[in-house]
Amino acid sequence: MLELAIGIILGGCAIGAGLAMIAGIGPGIGEGNAVAKACEAIGRQPECKGDVTSTMITGCVIAETTGLYGLVIAILLIFVAPKQFVNILLENIK
Amino acid sequence: MNTKSRRFKAVDMLLLAGALLPILGAIALKVLTAVPSTEINITGAQIYFTIPMPLQPLLITEAQVVSAAVILAILFLCLYMTHGIAVVPNSKRQLVAEWIVEKCNNMVHTNMGEYFKGFAPFIAGIMALSALSSLSSLLGLFPPTSDINIVAGWAILVFGLITYYKLKGGVWLYAKSFAEPVPFLLPMNIISEAATPVSMSFRHYGNILSGSIISALLAAAFAGLSNLLLGWISPFIGNLELLRIGIPAVLSLYFDIFSGGLQAFIFATLTMMYVSGGFPQSEFEARKAKREAKKKAKQEAKLAKAA
Repeated sequence: MLELAIGIILGGCAIGAGLAMIAGIGPGIGEGNAVAKACEAIGRQPECKGDVTSTMITGCVIAETTGLYGLVIAILLIFVAPKQFVNILLENIK
Repeated sequence: MNTKSRRFKAVDMLLLAGALLPILGAIALKVLTAVPSTEINITGAQIYFTIPMPLQPLLITEAQVVSAAVILAILFLCLYMTHGIAVVPNSKRQLVAEWIVEKCNNMVHTNMGEYFKGFAPFIAGIMALSALSSLSSLLGLFPPTSDINIVAGWAILVFGLITYYKLKGGVWLYAKSFAEPVPFLLPMNIISEAATPVSMSFRHYGNILSGSIISALLAAAFAGLSNLLLGWISPFIGNLELLRIGIPAVLSLYFDIFSGGLQAFIFATLTMMYVSGGFPQSEFEARKAKREAKKKAKQEAKLAKAA
């Protein structure tokens, strides 16, 4: 019975980590749009390449934040959460 | 100052040693306390020792040791670069130092405006600390920026600066800014204010940590792959893990050098944007003019009384 419970905890953590990484879709689309528009702008006005590039990188990194929240949660679910949940389970069984 | 004298060269050597020794000490500490293991294990920073404290024990971890070593190295590097500076540059290192200072001053001036030009050393300092901390993973050290505690400390410092410069426009203005555009949005504004340090620290730490995890996983994958591909020749060649030579370095080029440098730049840029963006310029100037007018009126009244 205990093995089953621990198995459910580990499986749930793994599935949760996978679901958390769905957050990567949004920043991917957003950054792709930003880079496409930056390429268009550079093509239209090659002289402002430096300004456009630095603004684009700043914007990309800010857009990346939501994806990184998902990444941090996935990392926590894989490396930190299972141990803690199993400890809580073992304490409650006693 | 005579740059060819023996004393000058001795001080040079001492400063260079001061820059290199903390890093070498951190590497030695890591080598001496490393736990040998054949499996890949992805763990946080290793705890070197604990100091008992009233509320909870203070942990001295690898991240803190490496970041202190990086700070010492930056200090001695700066002293080395500014050693023996002259009005007319006569050494390469002075040219490099002047180039760095000029670039940094320009960046702060274009991003933050005239009022914040004193911020250049702080921005340069946080950029150098962040970049060299991330690059320390190239030497096999634990990069301090992949520990949330270190980065959160920087982010809280920046948050304090943001709040300080927002308060320059007056407490009432600061409090009122939370109830804008409609008072109904008050909880949302408080959350978004608190999200600033969280997002800054998570962004920096998430990037560096994910890079080091992917590097560790790929190194393990290459070990398995070389065993699979070359193991049929003889088990000895398979166990040599030949594919691990060189190939992970290409990934390290992106994850360690490019990502680390970019995150340092981003952290500095966001600091500049948040601090100068939160500063109410017109309000501050209006308040200053009002205060000066009041002072002047008081002085004139005093003079009139004396006369």
